[in-house]
Amino acid sequence: MPGFFRSASHALMAITCATVASLASAPAFSAKEVNLYSARQEALIKPLLDSFTEETGISVNLVTAKGDALLTRLKSEGRNSPADVLLTTDAGRLYRAQEAGVLQAIQSDYLEKAIPAHLRSSENYWYGLSVRARFIVYAKDRVQASELSSYEDLVGKQWQQRICIRSSSNIYNQSLVAGMIASKGEEETAKWLAGFVPNFARPPQGGDRDQVKAVAAGQCDVAVVNSYYLGAMVNSSDVSERDAAAKVAVFWPNQEGRGTHINVSGAGVTASAKHVAEAQKLIEFLAREESQKWYAETNMEYPVSPNVAPSAVLNSWGDFKADPLDVTELGRLNARAVMAMDRARWK
Amino acid sequence: MEVATAAARVYTGARRPNIGWRLCLIIVAIAIAIPVLVIVATLTQPFSDVWQHLIDTVLKDYVSNSLLLMLGVGLGTFILGVSGAWLTAMCHFPGRGFFSWALLLPMAMPAYIIAYTYTGLLDFTGPVQTSLREYFDLAYGQYWFPEIRSLGGAICMLSLVLYPYVYLLARVAFMEQSTAVLEASRSLGRGPWQTLFQVALPLARPAIVAGVSLALMETLADYGTVEYFGVSTFTTGIFRTWYGLGELQTAAQLSALLLLFVFVLVIMERWSRQRMRFHHSSTRKRPSRIALEGWRGSMAFCILFGSVFFGFLLPAGQLIQWALGNWQHSLDAAFFQLMLNSFLLAATASVCCLLIALLLGYGKRLHPGKLEVSAVRISGMGYAIPGTVIAVGVLIPFAWFDNRVDELLRHYFDFSSGLLLSGTVAALVFAYVVRFLSVSLQTVESGLLKIRPSIDESARSLGHTPMAVLKRIHLPMLRGSLLTALLLVFVDVLKELPSTLILRPFNFNTLAVRTYELASDERLADAAAPALAIVLIGLLPVILMTRTMMKEGTE
Repeated sequence: MPGFFRSASHALMAITCATVASLASAPAFSAKEVNLYSARQEALIKPLLDSFTEETGISVNLVTAKGDALLTRLKSEGRNSPADVLLTTDAGRLYRAQEAGVLQAIQSDYLEKAIPAHLRSSENYWYGLSVRARFIVYAKDRVQASELSSYEDLVGKQWQQRICIRSSSNIYNQSLVAGMIASKGEEETAKWLAGFVPNFARPPQGGDRDQVKAVAAGQCDVAVVNSYYLGAMVNSSDVSERDAAAKVAVFWPNQEGRGTHINVSGAGVTASAKHVAEAQKLIEFLAREESQKWYAETNMEYPVSPNVAPSAVLNSWGDFKADPLDVTELGRLNARAVMAMDRARWK
Repeated sequence: MEVATAAARVYTGARRPNIGWRLCLIIVAIAIAIPVLVIVATLTQPFSDVWQHLIDTVLKDYVSNSLLLMLGVGLGTFILGVSGAWLTAMCHFPGRGFFSWALLLPMAMPAYIIAYTYTGLLDFTGPVQTSLREYFDLAYGQYWFPEIRSLGGAICMLSLVLYPYVYLLARVAFMEQSTAVLEASRSLGRGPWQTLFQVALPLARPAIVAGVSLALMETLADYGTVEYFGVSTFTTGIFRTWYGLGELQTAAQLSALLLLFVFVLVIMERWSRQRMRFHHSSTRKRPSRIALEGWRGSMAFCILFGSVFFGFLLPAGQLIQWALGNWQHSLDAAFFQLMLNSFLLAATASVCCLLIALLLGYGKRLHPGKLEVSAVRISGMGYAIPGTVIAVGVLIPFAWFDNRVDELLRHYFDFSSGLLLSGTVAALVFAYVVRFLSVSLQTVESGLLKIRPSIDESARSLGHTPMAVLKRIHLPMLRGSLLTALLLVFVDVLKELPSTLILRPFNFNTLAVRTYELASDERLADAAAPALAIVLIGLLPVILMTRTMMKEGTE
């Protein structure tokens, strides 16, 4: 049995060799490359990156993680960070990255033309690449569209025990409330939260798809969800998801006023970037028409560019007026939104 | 006994051969404690205004929910784990052989995955409630059904996947208990129940406590399950403070408090048993098993089958059903690379953890001085911290070191080294060791505790060096504990997600990363294949362990 010790150390050596070998056998770094830190998960970005590599010969190295984790990594790695591009799934994280000084401004006529001003940083630190809208879905058989008008209107006795929405830890809810603070002020928002939160049909739980399913099953009558989750359910391979999606209808809130709340996914070039030209090329690639179409068709997100038509599913929900608020505000007010939701006991 | 120990100490002190062990132990323990110390050091930083907000609003909920969760999971894992261990180690009933390995199966199931599968089954919109409604023609609100996404649900989920820690450690302890003690108890007129509660359980206390505290530390570090269930615990609070409020420092301070809390618990437990001894003398002949016949046997079977069924068979069945629906999407060349990556990482980390645990555990046995004991204690604290926070604790000192080296080289040689350690597999393995060392350390230590010091003393007095004692006496005696330590860390690393996400090199994925990415996008069906692969690879060491257990059982 002293052999155990020996065989353990042999095993360690063998494993170390194998690990090194398997890493070394990873595709050799080509001359032209760009390193990407992405908060968008691999499956939802890799196909685009592959076609970028195919077209330009620039290979893309990818690490995905939560936006804040990537930002912390970027900050602590400092000027030696290998990352050239930071890609996030909401404007708030891009704002934080800009504030932390880990992004650099890039001049690109192409990006300025392709992306509306309120969906990118005014100082060119980052650019929005796709739009996510947060709309209301309702049970076709229990709610008339005429009963609905805006997020602000989801208060009062008539909606008691009828609303489903996920936890306030979710970034999309934080942005929604930040957007309301930006347009209505903190006091009005606190008042709205005090009326809205008691109307929840159940303690907040699950993801956006779960909210749609709960409406379909009759646990609640309306839910506030992101557009692309419903889109994914409509196209799902799972029958029960398609059935649930068929039982609900879409309502675009705040069409008479400021417009429906939207957020963007976007990207910026890092301050430490060693491949600035390639990085800029990648962001421009992601902003161009074919890529925008890919977002719309594969992930049901709205294009940032008003000139690109959305997909068939998105079209079926009709046109809508989006809140023209500068999305930077969502990042700036995020912490205050979380505090307001804490005070309103929105779990 | 006391005299003998003192004599041995004088003896070893005279030869002073062990300065190497001591130095090694302290250096390694401190290196591993660095990330934890980085987190704790944030307590010396100023406390921001956010603290006042937290205290005014949510902190109370965080604390009370976490305490309730700990209480529930502690009880749940104790009951499931100890009953499994006692029945399979000490009793004879139909299916005993099967259960002695099958009870380990839930270990391979990541907690957040089991949470997803049960939600899919038991949720309002799931098949169980839907068919109930159809059958009895009911609508929402007309009947009562337990809410799976709740504190109680979280306790069930975590207990189901974490009880194997208690089971494994308690089982090893029961098996290693000497026949003589148990038979003495029986022959003095104690029944099987009294023997269990008055002799076997107290003797197995270090192992059971080690198992339960592992389960509790993992519970405190869990984020996926409670987040999905909408239960606000201390850990979800840490992340909410970081992500939502953008306050990494406050989040780190919260983690440091969590750590101090765990530390106090561990110290209290040690203190409460400091005067006890748990090693026993005599042969390791199998005690004759208590035969459970008739309804007792059926009861035992049903209890254990429940653990295996709800902890593994049912959720695995759900995963298989999901995976069969679209396996074509999941299985490609990249998938096998994922499996290889996961396997190699887990194997490397578990061997590293084991070697370091042996060094620290045995070093502490040789030199149970204050300095050594506290160094070892602190190095094992990483387990209670959420993986992402540990990752930050690794990230900051590594990047700091890399950047200093780079600065020096630039200054003196006009040459940039870039980042040497950050973003490498080595950094990742280091993070795993920091996080999971506690698992192997507790296992090795509870194994060492059961070996009488007099054995060391006789061997040393016969002229063996400490290394020779370790090799020729302890390792063979510890075999079961060592395998257990390897297995536990292997499976833990396989399931590990947050540190892997943030620390990994470019283009490096694991099964857990793939599973999480798909599940977090609410694509459960697509996440099923990589989740199943985690479970399958996790079964390999379980099978290995099983064979060893069987062999020992027949010895």
